[in-house]
Amino acid sequence: MSEETVTEPHVETAASAPAEPPGARAHWLVRPGTIKLLWVFGLALLALVTWLGLNAHPHAKFGIEGTPAFFSWYGFIACVAMVVFAKFILGPLLSRRDGYYDD
Amino acid sequence: MTTDPLLLPPALILIIGAFLLPVTRGWVRSALVLGLPILTLGAIWSVGDGVQISTSFLDYELQVVEGSNLSRLFATVFALMTFAGGLFALNQQRVIELTAAFAYAGSAIGVALAGDLVTVFVFWELMAIGSTLVVWSAGTEAAGKAAMRYALVHLLGGVVLMVGVIAYAQETGSIDFTAMEANSFATWMILIGFLVNTGAPPLSAWLPDAYPEASWSGTVFLSAFTTKTAVYVLLVGFSGAQILIWIGLYMIMYGIIYALLENDMRRILSYSIVNQVGFMVVGAGIGTEMAVNGAAAHAFTHIIYKALLLMSAGSVLHMTGGKRKCTDLGGLFQSMPFTAFAGIIGALAISSFPWTSGFVSKSMTSQAAFDEGMMVTWFLLMAASAGVFLHAGIKFPWFVFFQKDSGLRPKDPPWNMKLAMGLFAFLCIWLGLQPEPLYALLPYPTAYEPYTAAHVYEMLQLLLYSGLAFFVMLPLMKRTLTITLDFDWFYRKLAPAACRILTAVVGRILGGFAALKNKLVTDVISLATEHHNPRGVLARTTPAGVMTLWLVVLLCAYLLLYLFV
Repeated sequence: MSEETVTEPHVETAASAPAEPPGARAHWLVRPGTIKLLWVFGLALLALVTWLGLNAHPHAKFGIEGTPAFFSWYGFIACVAMVVFAKFILGPLLSRRDGYYDD
Repeated sequence: MTTDPLLLPPALILIIGAFLLPVTRGWVRSALVLGLPILTLGAIWSVGDGVQISTSFLDYELQVVEGSNLSRLFATVFALMTFAGGLFALNQQRVIELTAAFAYAGSAIGVALAGDLVTVFVFWELMAIGSTLVVWSAGTEAAGKAAMRYALVHLLGGVVLMVGVIAYAQETGSIDFTAMEANSFATWMILIGFLVNTGAPPLSAWLPDAYPEASWSGTVFLSAFTTKTAVYVLLVGFSGAQILIWIGLYMIMYGIIYALLENDMRRILSYSIVNQVGFMVVGAGIGTEMAVNGAAAHAFTHIIYKALLLMSAGSVLHMTGGKRKCTDLGGLFQSMPFTAFAGIIGALAISSFPWTSGFVSKSMTSQAAFDEGMMVTWFLLMAASAGVFLHAGIKFPWFVFFQKDSGLRPKDPPWNMKLAMGLFAFLCIWLGLQPEPLYALLPYPTAYEPYTAAHVYEMLQLLLYSGLAFFVMLPLMKRTLTITLDFDWFYRKLAPAACRILTAVVGRILGGFAALKNKLVTDVISLATEHHNPRGVLARTTPAGVMTLWLVVLLCAYLLLYLFV
């Protein structure tokens, strides 16, 4: 079953209207400039923790967890795998529209 | 009877006190709501080690109150939870919910302090009744139905437990609640009865089905007691049972995957309860001192941060007039900064972020797996730690308080709700920075040191790269108006459909029999009518001449036979 067959009647869109008075500036946290800055800061933080991890030496028991930057890529891959499994394997099989049980 | 006549079982303070709530109002009720849990806490701390109160029942000696480090730890956090939950729910108008919640909390404390299986069972069933009422008291049709399904699952679990307890008493002649092994019918039944309440497969669906249907304050209470008393009884009864490791790992992964697909904010958090309890069940399964300490510490911190998360979600629900779906929410941080802050603290704690309570507790379980050389378990626990951040740690705050702007501008909730969130947010951070008081409550002495450089960097890498994965895959994380089928499909769809089909088939068969019966009766009647009607063959009157004729024929035949034979 392909992703398209899942009922998604109301996928959110960026177009949903905020109830701000016209002309009001967006909250500083959601301005594009801030978001860009957050990305830069976030990526720098990622690089920092990986680098810090390289300099800490835990006693490795199973081997692979002692390899450089193991926890960085393992955390990332594990999450990607879980999302892919949820979204592309389990979702199409088990997702039903919201009112499924109300009939 | 009682060992010390002045000592009242701590559970009874809440259970009896609960029934004072409906007959009081105003500040008296508020004082009871806040005072009863504190009184209970004092009573719990005055319970010493060993049996404190016992009474005889039939041929058995019930140990109604028995103290140990583990039981005091669970009872303490239950009382703490009741206090904060009560504070949060002070402006809940439906007093039946508070009454049920207090009786439910008291029963949970009763289980934690019970020294024998019969007492465990009695409080276990009281919990089922109390929690069902908490769900039901939300007052909606959906809540009423969910409460019925919830009650059915828990009554089933209760019956299985009762069968186990009776068989155990028959087998061993004792009802003492001590460590046992799942090696006989009795102990298996007890284990299954316990597992139903943890949210273990295959019946896990009762939890995300029922909890989100309770009111904005009801779910906060529900999140704490049922699953954690189940963890407590597993730690006492079945520490080291290997099968629990696999059951726990399944629950961990189930919680993450289902939460990823979910749209309802409180259902996301409910799936994450199953996920978190999975960690504790794994701890019980590993069964070493470190693992049992880990599971107990995790239960303690989990109750606090999960309640905080559900208070945050409950505030959103309360202040938006019932909006609960991620697709309807977003951008709320602008008008609910305090609620958003509390939600984020809870989210960091559930993700075991360093300097939060989750970090100093949950990591003991993975450390235990590491120490025991359980490679598969350890790798799965690590993946799950990253997954917790993904499905609850970022997903909940992101979709509720940030993402697109929904245009909703609800205010932060009233002061008492903010105070309850503030208290638990403080505890999440304080226990993270100062774990020693928590470690002092643990069942075994521990020298565990969570803040080693290696451990902190490991966790930060896991979590931050999990965060990266979330934002990289944001298009895939978009919420859809869907639900995900679970085992409850069997009793919510298949069973009713099967009943309908069965009714139709049986109806047809019975209809066929009825038609056949009618035909037979009609045939008999028409046959009888044909032969017996006034002109029928058997009802006709025959003239005397005919008889004479036949007599003559017979006599002639007789004559002929006489002459020639």
